[in-house]
Amino acid sequence: MADVILKPIGNFDLTVEAEDITPDNFAGKSADEIRKILIWQAPAQFPISDFFTVEGNGGSSAEDTTIIVDGNVPRVKRIGEKMTAGKIVIKGSAGMHVGSAMTGGEIIVEGDAESWAGMEMKGGSIHIKGNAKDHIGCAYRGSWKGMSGGRITIEGNAVNQIGGGLIGGEIIINGNVENFCGIRISGGLIVVKGNAFRTVGAEMTGGTIVVGGCIERFNPGFEMTAIESDLKFNDIECPGEYKKFAGDYAIPQKGKGILYVSCDNNECL
Amino acid sequence: MVFKNIICPVCGGSCDDIQVELKDGKIDVQNACKMGNAKFQEVVSHHRILKPTIRENGKVKDVSWDEALEMAADILVNSKRPLFFLGSETSCEAQEVGLHMAEYLGGLADSNATICHGPTVMGIQESGMVGATAGQAKNRADMIVYWGVNALESMPRHMSKYGVFPRGYWTKRGRFDRTMVTVDPRVTPTAVASDLHLQLNPNSDYELLSALFTILNGREPHPSVEEITGIPISVMKQTVEMMKESNYVSIYVGLGVSSSYGKHRNIEIALNFVKEMNNYTKCNIGALRGHCNVAGFNQIASYLYGYPFGLDFGKGYPRYNPGEYTTVDVLREKDVDAAFVMSADLVNHIPADSAKYLAEIPMICLDIAPCPSTTAADVVLPGVIDAMECDGTFYRLDNVPVYFEPFTDSPFPETKSNEDTLKQLFAKIKAKKEA
Repeated sequence: MADVILKPIGNFDLTVEAEDITPDNFAGKSADEIRKILIWQAPAQFPISDFFTVEGNGGSSAEDTTIIVDGNVPRVKRIGEKMTAGKIVIKGSAGMHVGSAMTGGEIIVEGDAESWAGMEMKGGSIHIKGNAKDHIGCAYRGSWKGMSGGRITIEGNAVNQIGGGLIGGEIIINGNVENFCGIRISGGLIVVKGNAFRTVGAEMTGGTIVVGGCIERFNPGFEMTAIESDLKFNDIECPGEYKKFAGDYAIPQKGKGILYVSCDNNECL
Repeated sequence: MVFKNIICPVCGGSCDDIQVELKDGKIDVQNACKMGNAKFQEVVSHHRILKPTIRENGKVKDVSWDEALEMAADILVNSKRPLFFLGSETSCEAQEVGLHMAEYLGGLADSNATICHGPTVMGIQESGMVGATAGQAKNRADMIVYWGVNALESMPRHMSKYGVFPRGYWTKRGRFDRTMVTVDPRVTPTAVASDLHLQLNPNSDYELLSALFTILNGREPHPSVEEITGIPISVMKQTVEMMKESNYVSIYVGLGVSSSYGKHRNIEIALNFVKEMNNYTKCNIGALRGHCNVAGFNQIASYLYGYPFGLDFGKGYPRYNPGEYTTVDVLREKDVDAAFVMSADLVNHIPADSAKYLAEIPMICLDIAPCPSTTAADVVLPGVIDAMECDGTFYRLDNVPVYFEPFTDSPFPETKSNEDTLKQLFAKIKAKKEA
């Protein structure tokens, strides 16, 4: 494994779009060549060395390349976009669109992630150790199909529209979510271990959502079908008793979406 | 001389029957509402901006048009990422020049929809819309729903011109042929005037629409929805039945739907509900747009660049992502370094953090009267009043283009219209950039 270490040095007065920071792009390049890769800031392109110090050469292939971003980069967008293999470790917070449309490999964000992480991702994994914002694993504006494969794990909380339009893959959130978690999903799995505020699974036509905490405002288009206990989805375990709902009957489909809600935390439902 | 059939440049209603008489420095206006009359008085107002100004070492001074345009061009050319806020109180023609400038400089272009009916436009993009012209609704609709809008006060002539009172071809008895429903958390004058008022809890529009949709699909909504929305399920069922039994339902949505929690998701489910309702009766939906040409920017930006608002030209081609490239967000994130604000008092209408940053960066403001934005601006260009002093095009609330003609001339020999001012500025920018 070859490690390329990028240390942010500043010049982030305007946000930077760095879709070229991927193991695919760094593989087979020396540190000098990596320094010269151009990334976007507003309507101009500048070499990576204007924003980061670069240490270490890329590996022979994307699989062999690990990129370590050694610092906070909340104003650097699109790191790891469309990556197919290899690993990126961000030792701080990441900007928007981290790992969007990725098809393989691994991204670890040790701080927080901005909105749109893993947008329409097809494979690989993203592990966010802090909190995440909106639209994680979501569909692009106007598209109805979001993430289709891979796994996103969020240790902290996420905000709105998590996994919108999900058609496959898994999103696991250890903390809480707010509005429209799993809106319009037709496949895949979303597990929220904490609480959700409202409209969980709105307009869902397939897929599975599990909420371990309390849903403050339940979506009206769901009907309870059974009570199940100790759910297991491959390696993901959800202990306890769950009320199983089918829906969303607010849209003219057959209610094939499944929503599990913890019995203990939602006695009123 | 009396001028007839003048277009009113205030709200999205774009009333086309205003009569004005301009005599001895006074203007007499007939047919306009209070808001319209006030705007027509601007043409003879003493507080009109009549001279370009620039701010030099913190002090504001009058300059010639040429000096002001030079300084404006310098600011924009030297900016790495300028924001063009092309307000809605001017013509599509002026907005078009602004859009081209944003593309040329690789900046961002946005308009009032971003802080107004932007979510409605996003919802339409997600779901598609069953629309109708205002005239069609006037002649056919026998059930009117005002959802999250107080039409009597925000668009005073809507109810009398298109919505509730006019005698249409199939609604010959006017108000007596129509059932009027208002959905609003507040008891507004519109709600008082309606036959049924659904007084829902604030920010529960999505749940109410979702429950109505569930009922329409023949299912029973979850009982918790009564507590969430504050509306009994029996009343929801009655509303759906009323709609199904009508010949033509016209739903008008306001910011109560598109800017309460849920935003474009509220609009999206409303549009889907309307689509489904068309299995039972004719039903259409439309937004009551706030400004005279707020729909126009969405129209021309869509047909020129493919997206309705919040466009980023950073990479040379248009990109769109509300929340990332929209005015409030780029200002909050300090992601622009200069701004051009036309025909909109932006400083007054955005969150404090964004307004603070906007006041810090170099700003050019084109407006007709002093406002917080012109006070914070580094260059102020006097505006020409569209529909009074120059001709052009507005898009009405139902996206019908309305061509307007002036009844007087621009007070400035240097410019004929805002479009003309922008073209002069663009020529200077091009000359500087290519030099």
